[in-house]
Amino acid sequence: MRPPAPVGAVAAASAGAARAVGDASVEAYPRIVATLIRVTGDWALAEDCAQEALAVALERWPADGVPANPGGWLLTVARNRALDVLRRATVERRKLHDLALLTPPDGQPEAAAPEDVVDDRLRLIFTCCHPALAIEARVALTLRTVCGVPTGDIARLLLVSESTMTRRLTRARTRIAQAGIPYRVPSGPALTERLPGVLAVLYLLFTRGYVVDGEPAFADEAVRLARLLDRLMPKQSEVAALLALFLFQHSRRDARRDAAGNLLTLERQDRARWDRAAIAEGLGALDRVRHDGPYAWQARIAACHATASSADATDWPAIARAYDALMGIRPSPVIALNRAVAHGYAYGPHAGLSLLDAAQAGGGLDGNPLAVAVRADLVARQGDRLWAAALFREAAAAVDSTVERRALLDRAAELTR
Amino acid sequence: MKYMMFVCSDTEPDNDPTDLPDIHAWVAENDARGRRLTGDVLAPTSAATTVRVRKGELLVSEGPFAETTEVIVGFDLLDCADLDEAIEVARAHPMAREGRLELRPFADLSA
Repeated sequence: MRPPAPVGAVAAASAGAARAVGDASVEAYPRIVATLIRVTGDWALAEDCAQEALAVALERWPADGVPANPGGWLLTVARNRALDVLRRATVERRKLHDLALLTPPDGQPEAAAPEDVVDDRLRLIFTCCHPALAIEARVALTLRTVCGVPTGDIARLLLVSESTMTRRLTRARTRIAQAGIPYRVPSGPALTERLPGVLAVLYLLFTRGYVVDGEPAFADEAVRLARLLDRLMPKQSEVAALLALFLFQHSRRDARRDAAGNLLTLERQDRARWDRAAIAEGLGALDRVRHDGPYAWQARIAACHATASSADATDWPAIARAYDALMGIRPSPVIALNRAVAHGYAYGPHAGLSLLDAAQAGGGLDGNPLAVAVRADLVARQGDRLWAAALFREAAAAVDSTVERRALLDRAAELTR
Repeated sequence: MKYMMFVCSDTEPDNDPTDLPDIHAWVAENDARGRRLTGDVLAPTSAATTVRVRKGELLVSEGPFAETTEVIVGFDLLDCADLDEAIEVARAHPMAREGRLELRPFADLSA
């Protein structure tokens, strides 16, 4: 939800400046943090100075106007702040010297960088997502250091106290230094090995935002980060696939709930409210995918939904084929369940039910209300309305979320009407 | 950075015998590259003796200080540029598959 637009010229100017700070921070924040870490080796100092630079901008820009090169302006302020702190602490001359030489980019930073110069932000992302850090530390550190989310916000949205989150971040930064985790992007075969771990952190950031009954928390950050990674590593098509997947799912963010706030399943959503620009960007990214990894197949499935003019017009046989492929490379009970759904729509409820039987035979879906709801839907389409209604009620009794329970009970009521 | 690499047994080893690295080749290569300073194999824990002094009294007992199913069977002292290099050295050790390896940096007492 955006706040209502302020009235009056002064308010408009300050809102414009605030937006400029926001826009600049998306691009500049991780660059500033990454650069200061590279030069000083001090993670906390880098974050504090970058944060302070943003605060100074919020104070000055409304009065002085937005500078021509906002990113360069912010880096200069952050660098000067770091110089002050280090001078006061009188640390090694070398760091001070390197900092003093650090000149902010002049408008065209990325284009000017030679091929062999690794973007500092990429270094930062790979270090924050190092496998020698616990997964929750990776998520928290990425949000704090790369995305610039305040510690208090991360704590609130990940349901821990602020002091716990502060400790977790401090421990992670200390561990990077103590364990000898390098500030470097791996090369060659090591890159291929490490990239999936980085993408898994991004995926976690994105999905944490999709808890039932909750609003998206970090989905915007995940999309921005995927976009940045895709720009920095254009040859890694699994990155493009993940970006496409995010964009397709994110395109439905305004259509997922009805006016009362109830979650809507895909076929009940108003497709006019899907974000067409996000879908177009996703299709562009998917177009560059030249391999068949897990994110590529998931993105292709999401693209089938995103491009269908109606639920009935969905290309279910294509989705069924994609789930067949996913089952081959990354089998899981949830994939097996979704595959049964896809085959049910593509080839009829009988095909879906036989795959559902097979999926449930493994025991991995025991007690999963979603599996019961899928069976209910397939049985309903076979024509056994009473049995289907009973199954929907069984699923409703087993879900945790009140919103989902209501939706399942509504389906049961429709069938017995 | 210096790392003590503890070579440990594991209750769930990887039993795939294909392309199992040769320990002698591993030692030779890492010694030659200056990444391994020393290392050795330890006798079984049944040969261990635990020593304590409490209230001035010497207490000597038979066996390791902690009875566990996973035990330290050897060690290597590594000198690597960073954790990534140490991980590369460790992964090529045969016990990475038949057991597990723990990389422990030395405490930086000057900091």
